[in-house]
Amino acid sequence: MRGGAANPVRLRYTKLGKIRWISHRDVARALERAFRIARLPLAFSEGFSPRPRVSFGLALSTGHESEAEYVDLVLAEAVDLDALASRLNGGLPEGIDVVGAVALADRAPALQEAVTCVEWRVDVARGDLTEVDPARLREEIDTALAMPALVATRHRKGREVVEDVRPVIRRITVCGGPSAAGLPAVVEMEMSTQPRGAKPGEVLAAIGDLTDVRARRTNQWIERDGARQEPLDADTRPRVPEARVS
Amino acid sequence: MSDLWPRIEPLLARVEKPARYIGMEMGTEPGSLAPRHGSSRAAFLLIYPDTYEIGLPNQGLQILYELLNEREDAVAERAYAPWTDMEAAMRAARVPLFSVDTHRAAGDFDVLAFNLSAELVYTNLLNLVDLAGVPVRGADRSPSHPVVIAGGHCTYNPEPLAEYVDAFVIGDGEEAIGEIADVVGAWKRGGRANREAVLRDLATIPGVYVPSLYDVEYDGPAVRSVTPRYADVPAVVDKRTVADLADWPYPKHQLVPLVEVVHDRLNVEIFRGCTRGCRFCQAGMITRPVRERPEEQVRTMVREGLRRTGYDEVALTSLSSADFSGIEGVVADLVTDQEGTGGVSVSLPSLRVDAFTVGIASELQKVRRSGLTFAPEAGTWRLRQVINKLIIEDDLYSAVDAAYSQGWRRVKLYFLTGLPTEMDEDTLGIAQLATNVTDIGRKYTKQASCTVSVGGFVPKPHTPFQWFGQNGVDELQRKITLLRNAVRGTRAHVKWHDPKATFAEGIASRGDRRIGRVIERVWRAGGTFQEWSEGFSLDRWLDAMRAEGLDPDWFVTRHRTRDEVLPWSHIAAGLHADFLWDDWQAALAAHGLPDCRWTPCYDCGVCTDYALEHVVASPVAPAGGSQGTGQDLTRSVADVPVRFLGSKVHAGGGGAAS
Repeated sequence: MRGGAANPVRLRYTKLGKIRWISHRDVARALERAFRIARLPLAFSEGFSPRPRVSFGLALSTGHESEAEYVDLVLAEAVDLDALASRLNGGLPEGIDVVGAVALADRAPALQEAVTCVEWRVDVARGDLTEVDPARLREEIDTALAMPALVATRHRKGREVVEDVRPVIRRITVCGGPSAAGLPAVVEMEMSTQPRGAKPGEVLAAIGDLTDVRARRTNQWIERDGARQEPLDADTRPRVPEARVS
Repeated sequence: MSDLWPRIEPLLARVEKPARYIGMEMGTEPGSLAPRHGSSRAAFLLIYPDTYEIGLPNQGLQILYELLNEREDAVAERAYAPWTDMEAAMRAARVPLFSVDTHRAAGDFDVLAFNLSAELVYTNLLNLVDLAGVPVRGADRSPSHPVVIAGGHCTYNPEPLAEYVDAFVIGDGEEAIGEIADVVGAWKRGGRANREAVLRDLATIPGVYVPSLYDVEYDGPAVRSVTPRYADVPAVVDKRTVADLADWPYPKHQLVPLVEVVHDRLNVEIFRGCTRGCRFCQAGMITRPVRERPEEQVRTMVREGLRRTGYDEVALTSLSSADFSGIEGVVADLVTDQEGTGGVSVSLPSLRVDAFTVGIASELQKVRRSGLTFAPEAGTWRLRQVINKLIIEDDLYSAVDAAYSQGWRRVKLYFLTGLPTEMDEDTLGIAQLATNVTDIGRKYTKQASCTVSVGGFVPKPHTPFQWFGQNGVDELQRKITLLRNAVRGTRAHVKWHDPKATFAEGIASRGDRRIGRVIERVWRAGGTFQEWSEGFSLDRWLDAMRAEGLDPDWFVTRHRTRDEVLPWSHIAAGLHADFLWDDWQAALAAHGLPDCRWTPCYDCGVCTDYALEHVVASPVAPAGGSQGTGQDLTRSVADVPVRFLGSKVHAGGGGAAS
């Protein structure tokens, strides 16, 4: 089923509300079930144990929300991409909604390598979950970002690793609260994902006695040749009307 | 009514697997089974007293959930035991037990209804009642508290929880749940005034046992009598049985969880009941007779279930799925249906031991032939006759040969140890079987391996072995060591269940009302999740027995006599005491008993007393022959009390069966 008949497609979806408590793997399984419910003509890998050709983008940690998650899949035949979102959403849990679908160029770079930058909106509190004053927070962030290195303790494969997260941080802006959770301090964070990213909570803890009460990924970006594109606009195939079959 | 979610969510960042607590399974979205509350609706909280991953797939609970939510006068939500980290967080934040559907406090429901599938969850039941803010003992509850009820296989001996559960439902719940909803609904609409009155009303429902309406007298350590305190309370509570599974095509909307759970697949029950007559098997004894689901209904449930859920695996469930009359046809269609769709895998739990079964399995698993499991249960033909698991050695070897020759590499064999009349040669027989099995495998592949899984036998109420004195911890340990030494240097691996947990299960399985206080002490000492090795300690049980002045050996290792009053003698599964005793004596004489589905009736009592009959589509076992039963199954069926599906003619009732 490879070759000429392959129809690569990229989907954008959300993970909002209560559903944020399921894992990245759980999201993948929910989407794969939704593909089957919608009877999507997925292409399968060859070999002894064929798997549907589905590849997910950057992992989203359990507990984090997102407005901008992506998955690439290969279909064995072309489908109506305008109808795809509504076709899939009936089989998805509340909070996970497909919000965009585009035809992808053949051999488009994988999302995990192509995405270089993500943006977050984060409700911030002290480590003991008490409120933090936005003006004070701004000072703490400015001080921290002026330093040459920011050491964070991270858990990787069951081990504690000490790492400098300063290179990851591109921008942290303190915005006006209150947040949806009623907290006065909300920040926007823009962070690199290559060669390695960091979680908002890890960065906040490196800055001071801070934690993320609620974090929502708002954007992912593919940066290439000085230009920045949303993944639904990058590596896509021009839409030719006759390429669309019911 | 309170939505506790704003208080629950802050706890989730700090616990393992937070998705256990959010609900949101497919099948619960608005417009489907979503619970709708109302002042005139009897509100049930259906609780599985173990983790979400173990409890969510429970089909009994899902069936009741669906039946209740289909009603205009009832509503059901679900809850599971929060893991220890979440429980600690909830208690610290004063968050009570909540439903996962709408995160409503358990105390806001009219009924807390527990599923009891295993005895070691009893301490969890007490913990959850307490976490709900309800007094753990029934006598301490007031009309403002929900009624605590329980169903499931363990309720065939309800006595250990008699002080803690207000009412038990014995047997199939499909019909009884509606009658209970009627009574509870009337109680609710009447202002939930009198607790005693609602319990008296519940006791009038067939199959419902209200322990507080009975007096128990003791004669030293023994039970002398269990007597109802009122004339309208039945002296013996008979189980409920759904006569025809075709009337109950449930669950119609199996819930699809978002996290991985056990049995994470579409499950379609193809028949209920089993008459193989394995003497150790409580499920086979208490669920008689056999009631097959019509083949066409199975196909529909599979087809629609797969389409609706998006699952890529379906299990055809029963106590012995290869015995389903239509098994070959259903399997052939499933295999044809799935071709070209990317593959749906089919599993048949509880495989019979024979080559026919392997043939079906190879139809089902074209790829991924990793492991096959068989359950010979005992190591010698003599002992298999004792337990009536009539598998001849050649059946096992032909099954194993078929499996290895068709590409399987790992075979798993289940055995019980501590069975009646078991001798060391029976234990060593397990090692011999395992060695022979790996030898067969090595003809086909060098990687052939065999895992032997050994469980300690716990005698269960309403079985022919209910009189048998269980093996103690040391004896079980000795046998396990004997077996481990015997397989040393071979390609067989032994896995075993902790004999200490087997002992605690023995205390709870055949206990009387006095064991309730032992369970309460174990719970108060912190003993929740007793099925989990990290939570279990036998010392807590033994300390509690000592504190209550009870002798563990009296309850566990002692052989019962024919004349003693068993603590569950006022609960009836329909099996005549004479039948069970005679079968126990036949066991001791190593005499097997044939399967009454395909051979003449020996009158165990169930069909005759309850005016029931087997509902099967075929008068002979699928594929005929010995079927791993060691029996000749080709004889006439004229005397078998069987109704053949579709014919509606009683074979044993003078009509003509075709």
